[in-house]
Amino acid sequence: MNPLPLVAVAGNPNAGKSALFNALTGARQKVGNYPGVTVERHVGRATLPDGAPVEFVDLPGAYGLDPSSPDEAVTRDVLLGKQKGERLPQALLIVVDASNLDNHLRFALQLIDLGLPTVIALNMIDLAKRDGLELDSRKLEEELGVPVVETVAVRKRGMDEIMSRLNELLLQPRKIRAGDGPSHDLLTLQRRAREIAMGAIVRETPVRRITHRLDGVLLHPVAGPIILAAVMFLMFQAVFSWSKIPADALGAATLDLGNVIGQALPLGAIRSLIVDGVFAGVGAVIVFLPQILILFGFILVLESTGYMVRAAFIMDRLMSHAGLSGRAFIPLLSSFACAVPGIMATRTIDDPKDRLTTILVAPLMTCSARLPVYTLIIAAFIPAITVGPGIGLQGLILFGLYISGIVSALLAAIVLSKTAVKGGGGAFMMELPKYQLPRLNDVMIGLWQRAMIFLKRAGTIILGTTIILWALASFPQAGPGEKQSDVSIAGHIADGIHAVVAPIGFNKDISMALLPAMAAREVAVAAIGTVYSLDATSDQGVQSLEQRLAGRWSLATALAFLAWFVFAPQCISTIAVTRRETNGWKWPLFMVSYLFVLAYIAAGATYWTAVAFGLG
Amino acid sequence: MTGPMIPLDQLKLGTRARIAAIDWAVLGESEANRLKQFGFDEGVSIEPLHLGPFGKDPLAVKVGRMTVAIRKAQAKAVKVTTEAA
Repeated sequence: MNPLPLVAVAGNPNAGKSALFNALTGARQKVGNYPGVTVERHVGRATLPDGAPVEFVDLPGAYGLDPSSPDEAVTRDVLLGKQKGERLPQALLIVVDASNLDNHLRFALQLIDLGLPTVIALNMIDLAKRDGLELDSRKLEEELGVPVVETVAVRKRGMDEIMSRLNELLLQPRKIRAGDGPSHDLLTLQRRAREIAMGAIVRETPVRRITHRLDGVLLHPVAGPIILAAVMFLMFQAVFSWSKIPADALGAATLDLGNVIGQALPLGAIRSLIVDGVFAGVGAVIVFLPQILILFGFILVLESTGYMVRAAFIMDRLMSHAGLSGRAFIPLLSSFACAVPGIMATRTIDDPKDRLTTILVAPLMTCSARLPVYTLIIAAFIPAITVGPGIGLQGLILFGLYISGIVSALLAAIVLSKTAVKGGGGAFMMELPKYQLPRLNDVMIGLWQRAMIFLKRAGTIILGTTIILWALASFPQAGPGEKQSDVSIAGHIADGIHAVVAPIGFNKDISMALLPAMAAREVAVAAIGTVYSLDATSDQGVQSLEQRLAGRWSLATALAFLAWFVFAPQCISTIAVTRRETNGWKWPLFMVSYLFVLAYIAAGATYWTAVAFGLG
Repeated sequence: MTGPMIPLDQLKLGTRARIAAIDWAVLGESEANRLKQFGFDEGVSIEPLHLGPFGKDPLAVKVGRMTVAIRKAQAKAVKVTTEAA
């Protein structure tokens, strides 16, 4: 069977390309990765007016065919038919922002030169009118020699015409050839683009643009940073407080389901696997879904409104002191949810050295997977007292752990940019796009995709490790008078690890949790839970995990465990994504080693300080 | 009549000017490439709009119809002239 005809959607960043792609394909999209690189591949299907199906691929936004980032390289390679995992498109849909024609036409000219059948979407035509710009799209069509369609993607205006123009082009029998890449000098193309743009402008009434007025406030030297701090504060409040109700409900539902299924099964290994292994382990992770969705919701909204680059602008100078660029602000912020999307978000950093430094410190930002570990230990060992008006000690400790992560990340970045990753920095160049209202539809599609990625992870890596751990901890079965955690295979492995971590105050329970925590940090909690529930005798059964911990660990050990997790040698997914992003094992190994050393030193220092104060 | 040529980072905020010359040689290859892609070119209108709040860096400038952020280090390479009265 012949594959469907493929139409590539290309254009500058901020041309409204993804909104147009969403408007054309709706929810019929798939997100994957191009082989060998972690650039996301978005494809979606639609139906042409003649009833034939067609496939669209949303290429990463680019300023030209001479790439300065992995994303832009993919865009070029797909269009030249050189990208692995993608066939040469049969037609091209170029998206240009109507109010930024002089710039976007340059890339459009480059793309038209490729010789593929092409349609141009003159997008956001309504915003151009609002800004007092009147354009003649017929004139533009004559100059460019390809069909030009006026569109407002977010209102789905012009979509039918795009589809019928594409239909005409795809029906014409035409030999498709791969182009040879950029042929003209950039400045020559730019000048031609400006001439064509000038020719297409019918009238221009200068108006004070909304974006300009908003920037006057949001980039104000005093108000700007205050507003940014307020937005960040609101975001973290939301992540922690709004998620409580849905998270609790999810947790309870998983537990109930596990119990119901458990009761239907005969007592024994299978029941233990389902209840202690699968539901206890995966359930502990699923409860993070609300938090992750709220965080990504904020990030998607901030990004689609255009505020995210303003945040980078405000933070650039401070980040530059740590040898990073303002662009690192977004990936590092995302790393509070999870280092994996954070590290993937570093693709927007042009400078390879800046990018590497950002990748290496991203795991130090407290990801949401560490939260259950922190929450459990704090609840078990730190009294719920207040130390000032409205300031609880437990919350203060949690805040301190987050701050330690941020400070260590900045210090590590300073050291790395002067040693291992020397020679980067100096550049921060980004477009400040027009402010736009976020589109609910586009945000929902983004959230849906994030949720799927997270659930897939919970269903594969986390489920797998939980089952393996359950097996290692359950066999061989303990005889009378023996403790399950002593005789099991996991117990013996833990003995080996214990020899290494005993000097920093870690007991055998922790040693057993450290190994599965490599798969995903949140598994540490599930692991301790599994070990204790397998060990429990009937009269201990009613005790909560917190009560059991408080009885078995010293405060010094608990604090050392917290300190360890600030640096927490990262999970397998982080190592895997770092390997992909840096194209080799050198940097992930370096990252694991330096984080291990830091974690060991921090835990040891915490333990012995606490012991010196009599908390051992 | 045009005024004297000054580096972009010394142009007062809100002053409209034209790019007179760009010292491509002092910029790195990727920096130069990006500036070209942003539409920096001789004769293009330019207006500095905002400064970063910490240390007055980076600089947001309107170049042509686009607003971009660059650091002072790069802005120094762009020489502009104001239209003198």
